[in-house]
Amino acid sequence: MRSHLKGIGASAGIAIAKAFRLVEPELQVTKQRIGNKDAEEQRLRQAISRAKEEIEEITDYVNRELGADKAEILAAQTLVLNDPELLNPVFERIRTEGINAEFALKESADHFISMLEALESEYMRERAKDIRDVTKRVIAHLLGLSITDPGLISEEVVIIAEDLAPSDTARLNRRYVKGFTTDIGGRTSHSAIMARTLEIPAVVGTKQATSTIEHGTVVIVDGLEGEVIIDPSPETVAQYEAKKAQYETQKAEWAKLVHEPTVTKDGLHVELAANIGAPVDVNSVLENGGEAIGLYRTEFLYMGKDRLPTEEEQFVAYKAVLEKMQGKPVVIRTLDIGGDKELPYLELPKEMNPFLGFRAIRLCLDRQDIFRVQLRALLRGSIYGSLRIMFPMIATLDEFRVARDLLLEEKEKLQKEGYEVSDKIQLGIMVEIPSTALMADQFAKEIDFFSIGTNDLIQYTMAADRMNEQVSYLYQPYHPAILRLVKNVIDAAHANGKWVGMCGEMAGDPTAIPLLLGLGLDEFSMSATSILPARSQISMLSASEMKELANQALQLGTTEEVIELVKSGS
Amino acid sequence: MVNKTFTVIEEVGIHTRPASILVQAASQYKAEVNIEYNGRSVNLKSIVGVMSLGVPYGAQIHIAAAGADEDMAIQGIEEALKSEGLGEPCEVI
Repeated sequence: MRSHLKGIGASAGIAIAKAFRLVEPELQVTKQRIGNKDAEEQRLRQAISRAKEEIEEITDYVNRELGADKAEILAAQTLVLNDPELLNPVFERIRTEGINAEFALKESADHFISMLEALESEYMRERAKDIRDVTKRVIAHLLGLSITDPGLISEEVVIIAEDLAPSDTARLNRRYVKGFTTDIGGRTSHSAIMARTLEIPAVVGTKQATSTIEHGTVVIVDGLEGEVIIDPSPETVAQYEAKKAQYETQKAEWAKLVHEPTVTKDGLHVELAANIGAPVDVNSVLENGGEAIGLYRTEFLYMGKDRLPTEEEQFVAYKAVLEKMQGKPVVIRTLDIGGDKELPYLELPKEMNPFLGFRAIRLCLDRQDIFRVQLRALLRGSIYGSLRIMFPMIATLDEFRVARDLLLEEKEKLQKEGYEVSDKIQLGIMVEIPSTALMADQFAKEIDFFSIGTNDLIQYTMAADRMNEQVSYLYQPYHPAILRLVKNVIDAAHANGKWVGMCGEMAGDPTAIPLLLGLGLDEFSMSATSILPARSQISMLSASEMKELANQALQLGTTEEVIELVKSGS
Repeated sequence: MVNKTFTVIEEVGIHTRPASILVQAASQYKAEVNIEYNGRSVNLKSIVGVMSLGVPYGAQIHIAAAGADEDMAIQGIEEALKSEGLGEPCEVI
C-alpha cells in the first residue's frame, strides 16, 4: 500500500525510518466469570509488575534526560500500583465474586477517579488522569495489549500520532526519534514549535497519519515540502536519501555563517535573534549564530508543575540565560498565560473566547501577587547580562503604565533590601493587538522598544481563530493590512529613536523577510534553526531595493498579489 | 495506638510529591497508619487515599499508628515530614 500524505512542513529536514504509532489502544472491559481464582490473581500480579517495570524504565529515562522534578509525577504512579486501598478490593472481588481482574480493577479505579474528580481543586481533578493512566497500563497488559510510550523507544523511528502533547514531546529521545507526523496541528502549534527546537523533521496536520500508517512500516517525512511517503519503493528511498544529503550540504553551507554578522548586500546591519522557552535552548541559539534572544517565553517555568514557580526558581532560570548569552541582548517576556496555555493550579474560570479574554498582562495586573514575584526575579537577574523586559498583550497605554510602575516599585524595594539592579534594563511591549499597532506613535514616547507578535496580531486583525482549521485560510501574514500595521509601528518607533523587533513565526519566513527588511524592521526573532538560512538570504538582498518592494506591496489589494510581487522582485 | 498532630508547612499542601514521601515513609512499617484531615480518615499507605483528602497549606493533620512497630512508625513519619520541610509537630490543645 504505497501512498503519500500532504500536510504542513513544520520543521525542515528529511527523515526515513520505521513508523512508531503513538496511539492509545481501545480498551474494552467486560464483566466475566472466571474459573480459576488463583490463576486470575496471579495474572493480575503479573500485569501489575509489568506495568511497574515499564513505569520505572520511563522514570529512569525522564530522570536522566529531563531532571528529577519531571520524574516525580511518574514516581507517584509506581506508588499507585502499590496502593492497598486501590488493589485490596480488587483481589477481594476476584476471590469472593469470581470476576475477572480487569473488570474489578477498572471499577476500583473508577471509584477513586470519581472521588478525585469531585474535589474542588482543579489540580486534584487533574490527578484523576494519573490514576486513569496507570490503571490503563495494567488493564492493557491484562487484555494482552500494550500502551506505547515515547520514553521506551530504543530504535530509530518516525513517530505517528494524532497530536503530540507537551509531555510527549518532552520525552522524545532525539537519538531514536528521527521525525514525526501528526493528524492535526499547524506551523504554530505546540508540537511544531517543539520539532524546530529539537531540530527533528516534522509534518503536521496530515489529517490521516494515524488512520493510514501501520506500526513498523517504513515512512519518509519530508519537512521541507510537508509530505509523508508511506512504504516507499527502493527508488523513492534512494531519491530521498539524495535530497536529504543535499539538504545536509546546504545546512553545512549555512553553518559557515555562524560567526558572521547579518548584513545586506548594500551594507545594512540587522539583528537576527532567536525565540526560546527554557535556558537549555540557548545552546542551540549560539550554535545557530543567534545575535540575541528576541523572545524568552517564561510560561514554561509555570507549566508542568502543580504550583507557581518561586522567585528563586525564576531568578536561577533568568540568570542562566543572561549569563550564557554573555552580554548579548535577551528579551524576556513576562507571563503570557491564558488563551491556549492554561495553568490548572490557578483554577481560572473557563471562558467562551479565551484568546479575547483574561490572559497575559490582563491576568498579571489583576494577580499582582504572581506578577510581582516575576518582576523581582527579573530585576535581580538584570545584573548578569543585557536584559530587556517585555510585557505581552498590551492593549492600552494605561496597561503599560501600570505594569511599568509595578516594575519600578519592585526595583526600589529590592534596592532597599540591598540587591543590586541594573540601570540599563530596556522596557518594551509586544504589539499583538491592532489598537496598540495603531497607537504606536503614542506608545513610542514611553517605551524603549516594540516587538511585533505576528501570530496573534494576524488573528486579531483578521478576526480568525488560528486554532480553527475552517478559518485558517484567513491566517495571512503577507496581507497588506498586516504589512500596513507593521509599517505604522516601525515608522512610529523610528521617529522616536526606538527600535522594533518581530518575534512571530513571520520573522523567519523567507517570503516575509524581503518585505520586513524593506519596511525597516531592526530585529528578526525566529526559531534558532531559521537563523542561518535567513542570514544567507539577507546577505543577497539590497535594503534599498527591498524598501521599494515593500512600498509597492503596501499598495496591493490581496495576499496573492503580495506573494507574486515578492517572487518576482527579490 | 500512638497519635501525633502536625501542621502542614509545605506551601502547596499535600499534593503529589509530599503525598509520595508520606506514603513511602508509612509503608516501611507493619503498623496500620491513618491520616485524618477535616473529619476524614484514610490509610496513609494509600497514595490515592491521601491525595483524595486535598490537604492544603496550614492544615492540621492527625497521624495515628497501631501495631507492633507503631512508635517507630510515628517517629519515621515525623522525620520525613521534618526533613522534607512538609510539616512540623504542633501542640495539641
